[in-house]
Amino acid sequence: MNDTIVQVTGLTKKFKDFTAVDNITFSVPKGEIFAFLGPNGAGKTTTIKMLTTLLLPTSGTILVNGHNAVTDQHDVRKSFGIVFQDPSLEDELTTYENMEFHGVLYSIPKEERKIRIKSLLTFVELWDRKDSLVKTFSGGMKRRLEIARGLLHHPKIFFLDEPTQGLDPQTRNHIWSYLKNLSSKEGITIFFTTHYLEEAQEYADRIAIMDHGHIVTEGTLKTLLKQTKKATLEEAFLSLTGNDIREESASGIDALRRHRQMRGR
Amino acid sequence: MNAIYILWLRELKRYFRSRSRMIGSLGQPLLFLLALGFGLGPIFQKAGQGSYFQFLGPGVICMSILFTAIFSGIQVIWDKQFGFLKETLVAPIPRLHIMLGKTLGGATIATFQGIVVFFLAVLFGFRPELTLLPLTVLYMLLVAVFFTGLGITIASLLEDINGFQIIMNFLVQPLFFLSGALFPLNNLPKAISIVTSFDPLTYGVDGIRGTLIGVSHFGLMLDFITLVVLTLCVLTIGAYFFSKIQI
Repeated sequence: MNDTIVQVTGLTKKFKDFTAVDNITFSVPKGEIFAFLGPNGAGKTTTIKMLTTLLLPTSGTILVNGHNAVTDQHDVRKSFGIVFQDPSLEDELTTYENMEFHGVLYSIPKEERKIRIKSLLTFVELWDRKDSLVKTFSGGMKRRLEIARGLLHHPKIFFLDEPTQGLDPQTRNHIWSYLKNLSSKEGITIFFTTHYLEEAQEYADRIAIMDHGHIVTEGTLKTLLKQTKKATLEEAFLSLTGNDIREESASGIDALRRHRQMRGR
Repeated sequence: MNAIYILWLRELKRYFRSRSRMIGSLGQPLLFLLALGFGLGPIFQKAGQGSYFQFLGPGVICMSILFTAIFSGIQVIWDKQFGFLKETLVAPIPRLHIMLGKTLGGATIATFQGIVVFFLAVLFGFRPELTLLPLTVLYMLLVAVFFTGLGITIASLLEDINGFQIIMNFLVQPLFFLSGALFPLNNLPKAISIVTSFDPLTYGVDGIRGTLIGVSHFGLMLDFITLVVLTLCVLTIGAYFFSKIQI
């Protein structure tokens, strides 16, 4: 029990008559890189939202760092850092100000904040851009800043929802070298989702595959390949989840995304 | 407490850094002030009501506060998905503090916008009494807090921007046009008179007009009490719905 950072038992989330997450149970060992995979609409993001207290489960229990995500939200929130699928930086603020705001929200003392911001911005190679407004940044730079920001308050676990989506291979490699580095040096647990299966194959210690609200399989790459008798994760993934293209109805969020693209935000 | 401050500061920084937004939002009040103020002035005068420009000034100030305040509240809809708000919702701070920080930030901006319009009006010939000016600012702040709070409440309840146009057409515009910002409240047809007395903005306009040109329909005290009560109600309701936001 002491070696798990996330313990999910019988977790279910229903939206009206649709069950997005259906009675899933899994755990994430401390210090591992954990890949949470699945086709669109499988329930990954919904699960992450529940793990990070943004959404209340219909039933089931979630323990993050030993704290209950429903009854003990405050302690859960202190325990994790997150990089959302959609950017959540303030565009009209500078790099440094974005970090500073995060530090204040997490009550990090001023002196410590200064030191920590400098070291993290140096780590993601943005220290020389600390006074630039975020709206002038490329997608990759924003991601790097979000990673630095999410780490500011020394989280025990770091959630990343498609952190490398839409980035070029160079930037993706770059980001993964930070994350790898972090996990080995500081022992932070990394919990990520991605559609780039080669990332999971290369970096993840453990992999869980979700589909139609269920966890289809969970284990190391080796056991997954053995179980499916395939050579690569991609083949294993397809054999487990089928070749059908998932149809997602356009939700309000998609409308917002389109709107945002039009406004160029 | 620090969280409230930093969220307030964030709203201000956003506002002062996007000058185009600031200048753009002065267009509409200016148009109302000049077109209506000078356009309807002669008729108003002939009807024996005095200077329309003097009468309209406080109404247009209120209008700019209303729109700025509601917009900065409604901004939360976008913010839920793409902005900084999501970052604050997972932070270990009470939702109430987030809501208060945002409300006070939006209200400060709206009040500032009202003051800018005040000076614009003066530039074009508006001549206020200056003795009650601090009270004017107080009324402006109350109006600003109320409508930012209302905007945040609505945004907490809406899932996406599809409902936005409905809110604009069926809530914000009527609030403005039925508030007595543009016309005097005495001798109105009964139905309109009743509707105006249910419009919160009416009391803001009345209070601001009372302090600026000494003409008040309900009396400054009633305006003040109504605004304070309504503001407390909207903040309580808003804080409740905001705390229930799930993404």
